[in-house]
Amino acid sequence: MSDMIQMNGIQAINAAMMEAMAADPKVLVLGEDVGDREGGGVTGTMKGLSSKFGTDRVKSTPISEQAIMGAAIGAAMAGYKPVAEIMMMNFTTVAMDMIVNHAAKLRFMSGGQTSVPLTIRTLTGAGWQTAGQHSDFFEGWFAHTAGIKVVAGSNPADLKGLLLSCIDDPDPCIFIEGGMTLFVPGEVAADQGPIPLGKAKVVVPGSDVTIVSWSAQVLRCQMALQGLAEAGISAELIDLRTISPWDRACVLESVAKTGRAMIVHEAVRSFGPGAEIAATINEELFGQLKKPVCRLGAPQCPVPFAKALEDAYIVQPDAIVAAAKALMD
Amino acid sequence: MAELSNAARPDGPALVDIYRRMLRVERNDDAIRAALRRGRLQMPYYSARGQEVIPATISHLLTQEDQICTIYRGIQDMVAKDMPLKPLWAEIAGRVDGTCKGKGGPMHLTYPDMGIMVTTGIVGSSMPIANGLAWAAQLDGSKRVVVAYFGDGASNIGAFHESLNMASVWKLPVLFVCANNGFAEHTRYEDATSVDFIARRAAGYGMPGFTVDGNDADDMYAHVTAAIDRARSGEGPTLLECKTFRFLGHVLGDDDFYMDKEAKAAAMAADPLPALRARLIAEGHASEADLAALQAAIEAEVADAQEFGMNSPVPSLDELRRDVFAEEMPA
Ligand SMILES: Cc1ncc(C[n+]2csc(CCOP(=O)(O)OP(=O)(O)O)c2C)c(N)n1
Repeated sequence: MSDMIQMNGIQAINAAMMEAMAADPKVLVLGEDVGDREGGGVTGTMKGLSSKFGTDRVKSTPISEQAIMGAAIGAAMAGYKPVAEIMMMNFTTVAMDMIVNHAAKLRFMSGGQTSVPLTIRTLTGAGWQTAGQHSDFFEGWFAHTAGIKVVAGSNPADLKGLLLSCIDDPDPCIFIEGGMTLFVPGEVAADQGPIPLGKAKVVVPGSDVTIVSWSAQVLRCQMALQGLAEAGISAELIDLRTISPWDRACVLESVAKTGRAMIVHEAVRSFGPGAEIAATINEELFGQLKKPVCRLGAPQCPVPFAKALEDAYIVQPDAIVAAAKALMD
Repeated sequence: MAELSNAARPDGPALVDIYRRMLRVERNDDAIRAALRRGRLQMPYYSARGQEVIPATISHLLTQEDQICTIYRGIQDMVAKDMPLKPLWAEIAGRVDGTCKGKGGPMHLTYPDMGIMVTTGIVGSSMPIANGLAWAAQLDGSKRVVVAYFGDGASNIGAFHESLNMASVWKLPVLFVCANNGFAEHTRYEDATSVDFIARRAAGYGMPGFTVDGNDADDMYAHVTAAIDRARSGEGPTLLECKTFRFLGHVLGDDDFYMDKEAKAAAMAADPLPALRARLIAEGHASEADLAALQAAIEAEVADAQEFGMNSPVPSLDELRRDVFAEEMPA
């Protein structure tokens, strides 16, 4: 085993970028404020890249999300591997045509003649009182679009490994950085390499309930583990890591064992990715379920500003424990 | 870029009123920052300290019916337009008496009674909506005008270009007011903008564009008067690029590593607020005693509003189900 290094998510993402850019001159970076002259990105994930690899490969852009995405698509079609930062996930909305109608579809529509191997990195998450236009998890929107992979790590090692895989993937990937996951330290192997996309991870094994989650909500599920243990519930926590295409085998194997399933995501519950997973579990394991599949997500409303409302909007560890208890009744 | 043929000039009372609005903005900003420092408020805060002349002059020339669409840095635009401070403070404290019931917060303050229609956190998005409000004014046969506030960085997003073109074609009564403070977050104007003056872009959309000293009440007064006259008389929109400087960075707590230290020091030394105050005294428009009384009254209003806001109740969780649609969502 190689040495383990303690780092947070920001450092892990930075390490992935440093390695990817050093290994492959085709890897490019573009986005608002990503250059060192501008501070290396709002959270500092891109620090040092422009100094080390030059401002031809690492470009700070105007505030022009549509043009950022378009430039990334074009460069990707021409053989480069751009990593485009859309500062916050809500700002992908002004680049949706480029992402949904072009990045995701060009390979198919061209009958495989062109492809768009780009990575979109984007930050989001409620809990910072940034209200309705700076906190949404839109992974469901992208997962509902054929042709783009949707990835979200929850800890430094996964963030590094998954980002490396996104960069190397032959197709467009959106790599979601849940705000909370960037600041929690963790151990990362010095030689941490790519982690395959589409592969979930069993964080904690258990026998009573399968809990499927991703990004920041994995952290809240982990906070719930003690409460679950105290209630005598043996939970198996699965970090999905890739939301689309998702690891059906891992989830179904676990639920076949526990007979109870809960999906916990930060996005609005209605029409969320939890519904897709629940439906699949129902289709595949109908006779083996001890209880209907449970979905926990935000209420159908924009992310509110007031602290009390925002706390209630996010599925908290208490709610996870309570829902698991209900599944055990 | 055009020159004004007939420049209107503010008289003494106008200058005093512009100063009053600036001071109200600045005293309120100061109180917000103090509350944030003491942990009484928690929110991302984008101070506009240093940019007060722009909304103060514009608001002096607007009527209550005239409307504005502004941005995350736009608390100054509302306070200058005489938005009452109590619902403002309750909102930024996330309380139920807030103008948005605590649900929008500082980045989405809204107060239609005073024409404060939209506050957006999305760069550029004040402009397309201002067009729609202006179209409605046209359809209503009303003389009201709409101001779209935005920053220099926002002139690089598609929404700017689409909106200016449409407003020009439809001759909409809009003032596109760009506060050019030289930076977009940490990006310098010249690193991201294809023209030396944003006002040049107006030519491409067939409307007048002016680069104005946004820290000079006379220059602002003349150009805003002309733009409002043009809008009210049905001739269409104007682009005003108001040159200014933000003293406190992009977001509170942001350091200024990306700024030229001398330029920043020079801008702060030329703080437009004390400058206008000194001018009012020197030109005999107000006495020291007048201005001291004005300041005391504003500070009392701010303190009162803060107390009110902080003592307003926290919204009930039912609020998550209200205002999503007209009809309350079922529990
Ligand atoms: C579409 C979009 N992209 C990026 C951002 C992040 N962001 C917020 S403010 C800002 C800078 C805006 O600069 P400017 O328009 O000059 O206005 P200023 O903040 O200087 O007043 C950026 C990039 C955003 N809010 N919306």
